[in-house]
Amino acid sequence: MTSRIGSAAARIAVLVLVLLGLWALWEGYRALWEETGWTRPFRVNATTMPHLHDIVGALFDPLREGEPLLARFMLDAALFTAKEAAVGFAIGAAIGFLLGALIARFAVLQRGVMPYIIASQTIPILAIAPIVVVGLGNVSILGWTPKDWMRVAVIAAYLTFFPVTVNTVRGLRSADPAAVELMESYAAGEWAVFWKLRVPASLPYLFSAFKVAATASVVGAVIGELPSSIQSGLGGWIINFNQYYALDPENLWAVNLVAALLGISFFLVVVLVEKLVVHRPPEILV
Amino acid sequence: MSTSEAVVSARSISKTFGKGGVNALQDIDLEVGQGEFISLIGPSGCGKSTLLRVIGDLVEPSSGEILVNGKSAHRARLDRDYGIVFQAAVLYDWRTVAKNIALPLELMGYDRATRAGRVRELLHLMELDGFEKHYPWQLSGGMQQRVSIARALSFSPALLLMDEPFGALDEMTRERLNVELLRIWAELGSTVIFVTHSISEAVYLSTRVVVMSPRPGRITSVVPIDLPQPRTFETREDPRFFELVTQVREALHAGGAEL
Amino acid sequence: MNAYAQSAPRAERPWGRRLRGWVPALVVLGLGLAAWEWLLPALGDERYLLPPLSDVLQAFWDDRSELLEAGWITFKEALGGFVLGCSLAFVLALVLARWRPFGNALMPYMIAANAVPIVAFAPITNAWFGTLSPWSKIVIAAVLCFFPVLVNTLRGLTSVRPESIELMRSYAVPQRVVFRRVRIPNSLPFVFSALKIASVLAMIGAVVGDYFGGSTDALGVKVVSAVSVAQYETAWAAILVASMLGIAFYGAVAFAERLALSWHPSTRAGNE
Repeated sequence: MTSRIGSAAARIAVLVLVLLGLWALWEGYRALWEETGWTRPFRVNATTMPHLHDIVGALFDPLREGEPLLARFMLDAALFTAKEAAVGFAIGAAIGFLLGALIARFAVLQRGVMPYIIASQTIPILAIAPIVVVGLGNVSILGWTPKDWMRVAVIAAYLTFFPVTVNTVRGLRSADPAAVELMESYAAGEWAVFWKLRVPASLPYLFSAFKVAATASVVGAVIGELPSSIQSGLGGWIINFNQYYALDPENLWAVNLVAALLGISFFLVVVLVEKLVVHRPPEILV
Repeated sequence: MSTSEAVVSARSISKTFGKGGVNALQDIDLEVGQGEFISLIGPSGCGKSTLLRVIGDLVEPSSGEILVNGKSAHRARLDRDYGIVFQAAVLYDWRTVAKNIALPLELMGYDRATRAGRVRELLHLMELDGFEKHYPWQLSGGMQQRVSIARALSFSPALLLMDEPFGALDEMTRERLNVELLRIWAELGSTVIFVTHSISEAVYLSTRVVVMSPRPGRITSVVPIDLPQPRTFETREDPRFFELVTQVREALHAGGAEL
Repeated sequence: MNAYAQSAPRAERPWGRRLRGWVPALVVLGLGLAAWEWLLPALGDERYLLPPLSDVLQAFWDDRSELLEAGWITFKEALGGFVLGCSLAFVLALVLARWRPFGNALMPYMIAANAVPIVAFAPITNAWFGTLSPWSKIVIAAVLCFFPVLVNTLRGLTSVRPESIELMRSYAVPQRVVFRRVRIPNSLPFVFSALKIASVLAMIGAVVGDYFGGSTDALGVKVVSAVSVAQYETAWAAILVASMLGIAFYGAVAFAERLALSWHPSTRAGNE
C-alpha cells in the first residue's frame, strides 16, 4: 500500500518539476533574448512571447468591461469543440470497428478495400476539412441540412475511422493460432470465437488506435471550425484572437492553452479507460 | 479388448502434408482402452503430435479410419468428448485464472452457478487455491500449465490429449507435475494420450509406451509398462524402472532414432 | 478452417496469382471513380461538396503551373520541418536513452504532448516569423514531427532484450558501443515507422498551417481562397496536388525503409 502512495507522490513530484522546468525555460529564454536583443529565430517581446503569468491571467480577465471572464467563454467553446470531437470519435470508431471486423473476416474485402484505406492515410484529411464543413452546409438531404457542429463532427469521424479500421483488422487477426486451435477443440461456433477470443485479443490494438484517434478528433474539430461560419468553438476564437493579436497577444495564447488541455484530456480519458479494460503484462524497457 | 470398449480406435491412419510432401503418418494402427495412460514417444518428425491431432479431429487424415468413443473423431469433437493441453499453456492474458478455467464451460453453456462450482473444484484439484484472481503473466510456467490442465478437465471429459505439456518446464517442476497428473488420472479414471520427448517421463507415467519413428511416421513398437500403481517418487529408483527405460531407448534406436 | 488466416506473403505467390490478387482493388477503384464522375452529380447539387472528377481534373489542368509551383513551395516547407523536427527528436531520444531516469520520467509527458493540437499554434508562428515567411510553417511541421519520432525512437532504443544488454556488459564495453551495436540497430524499425508517420504529418502541417494565412504562392492558401470564392474544383485540385506530394513523400520514406531494413522479417514478408 505504501509503495502505491509513494509512487503516486513521486509522479506528482515529477509533474510539478516538469511544470516548473517548463516555466523556467520559458521565462529564462525570454529574459535572455530580451536582454541581448537577438532577432533569431524571432524577436522576443511582450507580443511574441507574453509572460506565462500574463497568459494565465488573461483567462481570468473579462474580455470587455462588464462581461464574464474569458475563462467562461473558453469553457463554453471547449465544450462545444469537445462535443464535435466526441460525437465524431464515437461514430468513426463504431464504423471503423465494423468495417475492420468485416475486412478481417472476408479476404476479398481485404484485397479490394485495404489498399485504399492505407493509401488514404496519406491524404491530408485535415486539408479537406474546411471544404467539407462549408460544403456540407450547402447540401440538403431530404430537405435537412446538417447543423454546424455536426459537420465538424464528420471531420472527427473521418479522422477516427481509419486508424480504428486498420488496428481492428490487425487486432482481430492477432489471436494466437494455438488459441484458435483450442477453440476448435471445444467445437466453439464462429461467434463464440469472435467474442471470446478475437475481440479481447484485439483490445490493445484498438486502444492504441483510440489514443491516436482521440487526439486527431480534437485537432480535426478545431481545424474544421476555421471557416468563420462557426463561432462557438475554439477554432472560431482562434481566428478571432488572431485578428486582434497585436493588441492582446495573451488571448491567443490562452486559447491555445485551452485547446492543448482539451487534447490532453481526451487522450487521458482513453488512457484511463484502457487501464480499466485492458489487462496486459507491463512493458519491459531496458 | 474389443473395439467397442476402446476409447480410441485408429486403423491404417495415414497423413501426407502438401502435394507429394511429407509422409507424416503411415498406416498407423492403435487401440486405446478405457483408463489407459498411453505415451507417444519418438524423435522430431515421427508424427506423434500429428497423430494426437488426428485423434482430436484437428487434422484430417489422408486415409484410414479413426473412432473415438465409438464415434467418428469429428463427432467426438463436436460432442466435446476430450480435453486438450498443449506445450504452451495458451491462457488468455485478459482473463483471470478462474475465468480461464471457466472458458470451456462458458462456451458449452453451463450456467453461472455450475461454472463457479466446477472452477472451485478444479482449483482445489490442481492445488491452485488462492490464485483465482491472478492473471497468467503473474504465474510461473508450471502454474500456468496447471491452469491449462484444470481448464482441460473443467467439463469432465473422459479422454485427455496432452502434447508435451511439461516440455517447457524444469525437471523438478516436471517430476512434481508428473505425480500430480497421475493422481488426477487415478481419481478421475480418465484415459490419457500423452506426447513426450522424455523417455523417463513416458515410462513413469504410462501403462503402455508407443514408440514411433520418422520418415515415414509409423509405430515401431509398443512397450507395456508393468510398474505397480500408484507410482511415487520412489518408483523412479526402482530397478524395473531402469530396465523399462532401457527397453524403450533400445526400441527408439531400433526405429532409427539418433540419440 | 480459419477464415482469418493471412493470405500467403506476397513474395511467395507466383506472378499470375499476384496480379489476380489486385483485381478486387482495381474493381473498387473503377467503381469509385465512376461514382465520383456520374453518381454523385446525379444525387444532387453536390457541386458544392465534391465536384465531378472531370471538373477537378480540368481545373488542375487549367492552373497546373501555378498549382505545381505552389505544391513545390509547400513541399519544401514540409521537408524543412521534417528534417528539423526529426533530427532534434533523434538527438533528444539518444540523450534520454542514455540517461534513463530522465527518459522514464519524461516519457508520459512526451506522449501527452503528442495530443496537443499543434496546428492551432500556426497564428502564433505567423506572429513570430511573419505570415509570409516559410519559417512559420516549417516550425509547425517540425513540432508535429518531433514528438512521434521522439517517442518511437526512444521506445526503439529501450525495448531491447535484457540478454543483449547483459551480453554487452559482460564484454565491459563503454555505453557508446552498446548504443552503436545494440540499441541503435534495434531501434531502426521503430524509427522508420515513426518517420513514415512524420512525413504525413509534415505535409499536413505545411498545408493546414497556411489556412491561418500565408504566402499566396502556397498550396494551403490556394485552397482557402478557392473555397472563399466557391471555386471548389480548384480547391480540390490543390488538395489533389497535396495528396500526390504526400504519397510521394511517404513512398520515399518507405523505400528508404526497405533499403535499410532488408534484413528485418517484417519487410521481407510483405505484410499489408
